[in-house]
Amino acid sequence: MTALLDLASVSVSIGSAPLLDSISLRVDRGQIVGLVGESGSGKSLTAMAAMGLLPLIGGRVTGGNVRFDGQDMALMTDTQRRVLRGRRIGFVTQNPMTALDPVQRIGEQVDVVSRLHLGLPQAAARVRTLDLLTQLRIPDAASVAEAWPHQLSGGMKQRIVIAMALAGEPDLIIADEPTTALDVTVQAQIIQILGALVRDRGLALLLITHDMGVVAQVCDRVAVLYAGRLAEEGPVSDIFAAPAHPYTSALIGCIPQDGMAQGSLRGIPGAVPSALAMPPGCRFHPRCERASDLCRTVVPAPESCGQGTVACHHAGVIA
Amino acid sequence: MIAPVRALQRPQGGLAGLWLALVIAAALLAPILSPYAFDAQDLPNAYRPASAAHWLGTDEFGRDLLTRLVWGARTSLSVAATAIAISVFCGMVLGAAAAWFGGWLDRAVTVVVDLTWSFPEILIALILVAIIGPGTLGTMIAISVAYLAQFTRLTRAQILTLKGETFIEAARSLGASNGHILFRHLLPNALAPVLVSAMLATGDAIILEATLGFFGLGAQPPVPSWGGMMSAGSALVFKAPWIIIYPGLAVAITVVAINLYGDALIAALDIRQKLRRSP
Repeated sequence: MTALLDLASVSVSIGSAPLLDSISLRVDRGQIVGLVGESGSGKSLTAMAAMGLLPLIGGRVTGGNVRFDGQDMALMTDTQRRVLRGRRIGFVTQNPMTALDPVQRIGEQVDVVSRLHLGLPQAAARVRTLDLLTQLRIPDAASVAEAWPHQLSGGMKQRIVIAMALAGEPDLIIADEPTTALDVTVQAQIIQILGALVRDRGLALLLITHDMGVVAQVCDRVAVLYAGRLAEEGPVSDIFAAPAHPYTSALIGCIPQDGMAQGSLRGIPGAVPSALAMPPGCRFHPRCERASDLCRTVVPAPESCGQGTVACHHAGVIA
Repeated sequence: MIAPVRALQRPQGGLAGLWLALVIAAALLAPILSPYAFDAQDLPNAYRPASAAHWLGTDEFGRDLLTRLVWGARTSLSVAATAIAISVFCGMVLGAAAAWFGGWLDRAVTVVVDLTWSFPEILIALILVAIIGPGTLGTMIAISVAYLAQFTRLTRAQILTLKGETFIEAARSLGASNGHILFRHLLPNALAPVLVSAMLATGDAIILEATLGFFGLGAQPPVPSWGGMMSAGSALVFKAPWIIIYPGLAVAITVVAINLYGDALIAALDIRQKLRRSP
């Protein structure tokens, strides 16, 4: 079966800076895939590439190809790509505070998506909008539709943004850190609502996050990015049970557990290297406890590992 | 839009609004309201101070000053408002096009705007009237060109800032076309500051119109304009001071009222801006 979204060894540059290096990622219908990594690891860039929006930020695909439902995005016309966005791929932005037009009422902003992509008349679009808002557990949908963005809370706004992403009846939702800007209490709620809606409708979801806890909660598969390269990819259950890549196990170590002893929550020392000064060999080696001379000189190639892939010279050695 | 109404609820905004409503009503209803014809001469009754028959007195030809003041409001306000409307429209088109398309168009517009910006409006207007010729139409065009740079600059800056906003990115990622983004998102968001600035510029335009009229370049006699009336009265300051005082007061109070209302409008809009940012 062809994957819904298929990134095959995609490399992306902005100007002369190579930011993504041979990223391979596959999202099947009805699947929730988590894309995890620290800030600056290239998560959002991967999303931009998947939507064909790279030219907007001055980026371009320098290698590999992005296929949506078997079609190569690079071979599509601008109009085809534009119709794909919204109609086949819904996008949920990072910051709901600024994701809504401040001078348009909530209802209009959701209506316009189904009017544009499904060709619905205004009245039918509004019925659909109210239906969507109700499914997103927004109380009193009719009055919320008449409200202005500044009258809503962050959690409410994020639900509206999700409603906009769903309004075109897409097959795939890409959510770029949909909860980072929200209160912790609201975060869980939004993830739960989003996960449930996607499951109910049999949609695919590419969930970009830096929170391994969220991944464990809702995802089927997870891809871990580090400094523009794929570190590890595989089923969530396998990866959480036995992370093969030291970076993955370090990330999992960052999740606070119930009953943890004081001071036992670990961080990862150091920071993501700059795109202009990438270390040679494995890009994680300066922060890695397993690093050997091999890691400092030779780039690890992705190898299959169970039902996933991992790019590490010492994969799974200290599990 | 609710902000213009909220501006009226502030004390200075309300007072200013009241005066502006009065002047606009007088201008619109001049043919009905005015007790005399604006060009009806009555030489035996020239230079009369205020009386029951002539509430504000008469001018050097015995024409009723109140009548001429009301008709003058019609000229001054219509010239200033039309000129600013043309200026705002052209400025928004130019500024939006420059910001949207960028490249050589943006550079060309910016250079012309910066050049115009370095001359005072009055100088630009004087040169233009000299070329087009005096009269109502000439003044209108001159004033609209004089303020064009201001609105082009403002719109361009607004659109450039808004282009980077998340909601534009969000609209684009949901398949919105360029036209949709420009006309449904960028321009409506740029409108509020441009309109406030247009409001304040209308006050300046009234002064500019009066100045051109004072130099004899505005509406030609016998059609009254506030500037023209002041020009006629300037020679008679000691003989019949009311001829220059009343149109002068009319200009001054109207411009102050526009500025006060504009300030109230900014305050009313600011409140919304703050609410918009808070979670």
